[in-house]
Amino acid sequence: MEQQELIPHLFRTEFRKITVVLCKLFGIEHLETAEDLASDTFLSAMETWTYKGVPPNPTAWLYHVAKNKARNHLQRDKQLRDKIIPQLNNRQDGAARDGEAPDFINLFEENNSDSQLQMLFAVCHPSISRESQIALALRILCGFGIDEIANAFLTNRETINKRLHRAKTTLRREKISISVPAEKEIDSRLDTVLATLYLLFNEGYYSESHDQVLREDLCQEAMRLTRLLLGNQQTDLPSVKALYSLTCFQSSRFAARKGSSGELILYEDQDESLWNRDLISAGLYYLHHAATGPTLTKYHLEAAIACWYTQKTDTPEKWENILQLFDTLLQVEYSPVAALNRIYALSKLRGPQVAIEALSRIRSNRNQYYYSLLGELYRHINPELATGHFQQALSLARSAADRQILQRRIRSIAEGV
Amino acid sequence: MQEFLLIMRHEDGGKLASPEQMQAWMQQTMDWINSIAAQNKFVSGTGLPFDEARVVKSDKMVTNGPFGDIKETIGGFIHVWADSVEEAVEFAKACPVLQGDGNTVEVRKIAGPEHAK
Repeated sequence: MEQQELIPHLFRTEFRKITVVLCKLFGIEHLETAEDLASDTFLSAMETWTYKGVPPNPTAWLYHVAKNKARNHLQRDKQLRDKIIPQLNNRQDGAARDGEAPDFINLFEENNSDSQLQMLFAVCHPSISRESQIALALRILCGFGIDEIANAFLTNRETINKRLHRAKTTLRREKISISVPAEKEIDSRLDTVLATLYLLFNEGYYSESHDQVLREDLCQEAMRLTRLLLGNQQTDLPSVKALYSLTCFQSSRFAARKGSSGELILYEDQDESLWNRDLISAGLYYLHHAATGPTLTKYHLEAAIACWYTQKTDTPEKWENILQLFDTLLQVEYSPVAALNRIYALSKLRGPQVAIEALSRIRSNRNQYYYSLLGELYRHINPELATGHFQQALSLARSAADRQILQRRIRSIAEGV
Repeated sequence: MQEFLLIMRHEDGGKLASPEQMQAWMQQTMDWINSIAAQNKFVSGTGLPFDEARVVKSDKMVTNGPFGDIKETIGGFIHVWADSVEEAVEFAKACPVLQGDGNTVEVRKIAGPEHAK
């Protein structure tokens, strides 16, 4: 028997294709049927390929089996059959003979990125809560399992199942169509889609989950879905380019922020030769092309900040620009994290004393980020006070990675570094 | 050289597994089979789908699976050559199905000429 390696993520990739195409065909109310048929297809593959070897064209094999399973399902479900057959006849690729279920020629082989894009808009419908949108996107558009989603969110499978269930109920109840919205609607609907993709990326980038591979997968999936938007004329808009640019800059540091034993390496301690130059170039390209049109989104500003961060050396010019960008960002959309990051930029430019004063004036939750920033600011002017703040942050930190970093800080102050 | 069946018993986990998990499981099992085939001791094997399974009882009553009172049932088997039952057991020990709690691999000798009466 020949040794045959499967393509990594083959099942995950094909799961989303088969599910989305079948769901598009059956209608959103039959989403679960589509999921089940896709899962059954892999079960068949498992029962066959394991013992007989992987077929020469695994994808074609999967599509063939998925079509048979869909056809058998239609034969059993009259209601669905009556709905689907006229639809398929219109497609003219599988005209059904009387009383027979139709053939699904080219059902999956056709360009399905359109279906994926349409499904992205359905999943990111404003009537679905954001956390459910992300869970549903991961399940349907990325082909993740319930356990994997639960792991990424540091929660259990019951919670994720509930979120998915609620989202599916809403999709059914609101009869949300699987389509790219009309021109006049696109801006507001796109906002929701971008917000979800942004969160999906951040979930991977900042998640407290220990599964590094899974986290990078989340980021890559967010980028892939963003590329779907870039690939469609209707949705290839400056805000989308800006978001894509941001995710390129951020993910360029993936290799550099991972230590040999999996610990997180902070920006200033990173070996910049490990930064991915191709992703930085892509980030620059999309940032440049995002700079058209009348709207300045938070993605533009965050991408521009991330762009300055790709220059490792501290120069007054760098921090002046970053500070200005944070000022504008806070006006566009205030967030406590951005406010704290602005203070850090301020300290780089005007010294810790000015930053400490500014920090005392902002309203911020007294969370671990607040205390670790205070610790950072006091580090060179009052090491004792700095240690106290870092210890305060340590007591609030939840993830092991954060605690490690804070402990390293406290140690380095004690050693007088 | 003797012939053995290695019979894998496990729950129908397919519906609960993620696509990634299914693929990983399949790859592991293929690697396991290939390691036996590399010694030229693999004869054949097959998976047994859980759907459309039936059990026919002595009164000719036909029921659908799951199969009576046991939770684990046969998910597949492979047919191998081995020098002894000990070697067949060593093959069985490496079977990925044993990663699941409560799953088993049954090692059964296939009746050969020495059993013929």
